[in-house]
Amino acid sequence: MEITELTVHELQEKIKNKELTIKEINEAYIKRIKEKEPDVQAFITELTEQGLEQAQKIQNKIDNGEKLGELAGIPIGIKDMICTKGIKTTAASKMLENFVAPYDATVMEKINAEEMINLGKLNMDEFAMGGSTEYSYFKKTRNPWDLSRVPGGSSGGSAAAVAANMVPWALGTDTGGSIRQPASFCGIVGLKPTYGLVSRYGVIAFASSLDQVGVFTKDVQDCAMLLNVIAGHDEKDTTSVDIGKKDYTKSLQKNIEGLKIGVPKEFYGDGINPEVKESLNNAILQYKEMGAQVEEFSLDIAQYALATYYIIACAEASSNLGRYDGIRYTYRSKEAKSLKEIYKKSRSEAFGAEVKRRIILGTYVLSSGYYDAYYKRAQQVRTLVMNQFNEAFEKYDIIITPTSPTVAFKIGEKSSNPMEMYLSDICTVSINIAGLPGISIPCGVDKEGMPIGMQLVSKRFGEETIIKAAYAYEQKTKFREKYKPTFKK
Amino acid sequence: MQVSKEEILHIANLAQLELKEDEIEKYMLHLQDILNFANIVKNAPVEGLDITVGANELKNVFRKDEVKQFEDTNSLLQNAPTQEQNMFKIPKVIN
Repeated sequence: MEITELTVHELQEKIKNKELTIKEINEAYIKRIKEKEPDVQAFITELTEQGLEQAQKIQNKIDNGEKLGELAGIPIGIKDMICTKGIKTTAASKMLENFVAPYDATVMEKINAEEMINLGKLNMDEFAMGGSTEYSYFKKTRNPWDLSRVPGGSSGGSAAAVAANMVPWALGTDTGGSIRQPASFCGIVGLKPTYGLVSRYGVIAFASSLDQVGVFTKDVQDCAMLLNVIAGHDEKDTTSVDIGKKDYTKSLQKNIEGLKIGVPKEFYGDGINPEVKESLNNAILQYKEMGAQVEEFSLDIAQYALATYYIIACAEASSNLGRYDGIRYTYRSKEAKSLKEIYKKSRSEAFGAEVKRRIILGTYVLSSGYYDAYYKRAQQVRTLVMNQFNEAFEKYDIIITPTSPTVAFKIGEKSSNPMEMYLSDICTVSINIAGLPGISIPCGVDKEGMPIGMQLVSKRFGEETIIKAAYAYEQKTKFREKYKPTFKK
Repeated sequence: MQVSKEEILHIANLAQLELKEDEIEKYMLHLQDILNFANIVKNAPVEGLDITVGANELKNVFRKDEVKQFEDTNSLLQNAPTQEQNMFKIPKVIN
């Protein structure tokens, strides 16, 4: 097996047995990036040269007998939404094309403390607004399973880089599905933790009450390991919650006898592709065989969730993106003479169409005369959504839904129709509205060989339950041994 | 749901955006589409429900009001298009 096909826990095993060195691992990944990046286009900034130097340093330390952490020298890729000190952090926007972050996000400090090696900043939809990575100012990332299709979004670069084995794992952010949907499209594991479990300090803000940092990995064990690194209270993020240190790898258990699974019928309606539905039904049967108790139930807030999400997310975005004024963050219009012109012209020239669309919607729903009808109403629906989930989790340990209504679509298929693109988030947004943890794991492929993802959701801070359920299914079904990206053109 | 040209220009002005003629038309249609879809929230049974602002219970987080020095001022300022004497530089506002 190629080095770059291994999971991180497999790499660790080989490092321990002296079958592989840190230098060999990083060289293999850098070679892989050189080979595959021209096709996949996942990186905004490659850090391969620095990466190699770092690998050499860590190798020297090991050779000198220094005791290092278990993840020292393991490569990683970082969504370009997360600030990395001294390195460009663009949010895939012309607005931040030359922005060099003055400090590290808390999650980056944690990654650096482990001495992991950041091999690059990964592509995304501009300011994480989109479901296909086509709204990046810089490039369109392609899906490694079929290069004519999107990798999903907004963290499409992270998902594609992991699926293409250009990095063993990556960080992303998820506001309405931006980790789970691309993980599903690219046939890998993607976890959005509970709101408040991971610090948002130093993560470029899109919708602050919904944003959460999470992980992309090749399997569930790696997912638990990387979550161990990034989770934890941070005084710099006042919405982060102190629940004490947990070891999520302890949840990697195969016995799910008696696990109570709820299947919300509204998530299996007409809008869901039949092949996706079939694949999900098979997965649910599999869970029954493994000893879970499965019950269908009604979660009728589903019909309001998408609208509620877009009202709240855009309202918050219109406020958060107010800071891009042409004064502090690199881009300024050359045409602007007065202060007012600096604001208006810089923003109009440097924001892409989708970002402007969402700022306009957000400003509209917050404006006098519409505030009560849209924004306030959406916040009340948010309460309703949370209440219904709370009720559901009194009965069930986890809820299973499709991650996305379809498999990865073709590049260009939805990029000119905003409503079509928004519908791609229909299964994931309610999880952010309620602040719940959700994981997407592959559960099959369609007739054309494109991966299908299944979403497991649990109550707030119920990461251990979904990791256990995901792990048990993965160990039983072995998706990675059966299917691989083909890079077909 | 109809959105007028005046309305879209008013909103763009509030958002500090300048729209070109073709953009006005485009965003008007898109906004209408999205609002028509978003109107479903008006049917939700929310009578008597409080609003939710965030997914967590919100509570005040206090800390001592101590000045902490950010060492690398230059790294902050270098992102500004124009700067002078450790400050962001903008055109004259008051004549």
